[in-house]
Amino acid sequence: MEAFVAVLARELRLAARRRAEWALPLVFYAVVATLFALGASPNAPWLKVAGPSILWVGALLAALLSLERLFRGDYEDGTLEQLFVSPQPVSLLVAGKLLAQWLVIGLPLTLMAPLLGVGFGMGAEVIGVLILSLLLGMPALVLTAGFASALVVGLPRTGVLLPVLVLPLVCPVVIFGAGAVRAAESGAPADAPLYFLGAILVLCVCGVPLAAAAALKNALD
Amino acid sequence: MTAILSFQNVAIARGDHLLLRDLSGAVHAGEILHIRGANGVGKTSLLEALSGLRNAEQGEVVRAVEPEACHWIGHRNALNPALTPYENLHFWCAVQGVATDNVRGALREFDLQRVAEHPCRQLSAGQKRRAALARLVVVRRPLWFLDEPLSALDEAGVGHWLNLLQAHQQQGGAAIITSHQPLRAPLQGLRTMELAPDSGTRGQA
Repeated sequence: MEAFVAVLARELRLAARRRAEWALPLVFYAVVATLFALGASPNAPWLKVAGPSILWVGALLAALLSLERLFRGDYEDGTLEQLFVSPQPVSLLVAGKLLAQWLVIGLPLTLMAPLLGVGFGMGAEVIGVLILSLLLGMPALVLTAGFASALVVGLPRTGVLLPVLVLPLVCPVVIFGAGAVRAAESGAPADAPLYFLGAILVLCVCGVPLAAAAALKNALD
Repeated sequence: MTAILSFQNVAIARGDHLLLRDLSGAVHAGEILHIRGANGVGKTSLLEALSGLRNAEQGEVVRAVEPEACHWIGHRNALNPALTPYENLHFWCAVQGVATDNVRGALREFDLQRVAEHPCRQLSAGQKRRAALARLVVVRRPLWFLDEPLSALDEAGVGHWLNLLQAHQQQGGAAIITSHQPLRAPLQGLRTMELAPDSGTRGQA
């Protein structure tokens, strides 16, 4: 547990030193969402309809931007080797890194979404569901992308490989996440898609640290 | 005397390419095994296989000590460039589950007290190497795996490290080291294993 906390503290300290790492995804998210609105004709009714999926996909792409390098630095400077010769289970250390990544990237994006939601004309209740869906869905995205970045860590240049790997995997998250917001907008109950998001999250929390640790071991071998 | 580490008929491959085969040997307490060979012959891969970081293609490696009783210092220093040497070593201690009391002393011993609070990216290559080697002092462990420990070290650094190695060896510690430089101090228990491409050893360990 001590090691888990140490990894978490180290990642947060690094994020505090490299502010661009978490500030840039926020800017990216705001710009992308705004561009959709600017590209549409003023007060276009479809914009309100497309709002949930724009906000969801924007958050997803913004999170993916910074997750490619999640394990890259540790792989290149040799920290990863030290993790593997430590007495701790590597999956626990990976879990610490992923939790930190959610706190640094996922949570700010989740908190930013309501502001953009207001811009898309969402009511208070819809925004509540939006926040809830992102709270459940964002960690699942971070975990999935974390696993993919562990898979590609040994490759010299990944470019769009990470999004190509991750985007198909996170289809259910987008479907249920945006679905919950759409349901709330049409006045229907949003419980069912939110439960699905919760189930996906539980699955990711249980499986991803183990799978990512195995992928990292493979990269060292 | 039982060996602290022994290996039998080990073969090392990198991708599909077999680098070394039929390597056998043992390291006992108080012994230092110096692995030498040309660039690309497979020294680092062999060291990784002996330490357990990588699986040997064939053969068997038996370690009498737990992985957490070994020091692994690869050719990469495991220092995050945005963190200071102190923070890096502190993190390393927490992950390895050892007390952090000795970190300051270890940095002082390696003459790093002036840069202990500078981000590692501002350090010279030799200073980074010293910070990586300071782990050897932070916690005492019976078996060391060191990959090119002397690279980028200045004369004082090399001298200090050799004293450290000698003390380690006299206390019954063992070390397996790859290095292009000869280990020149009057080290007892020093054996050299010369690697040649895909042909096993010349000097049997």
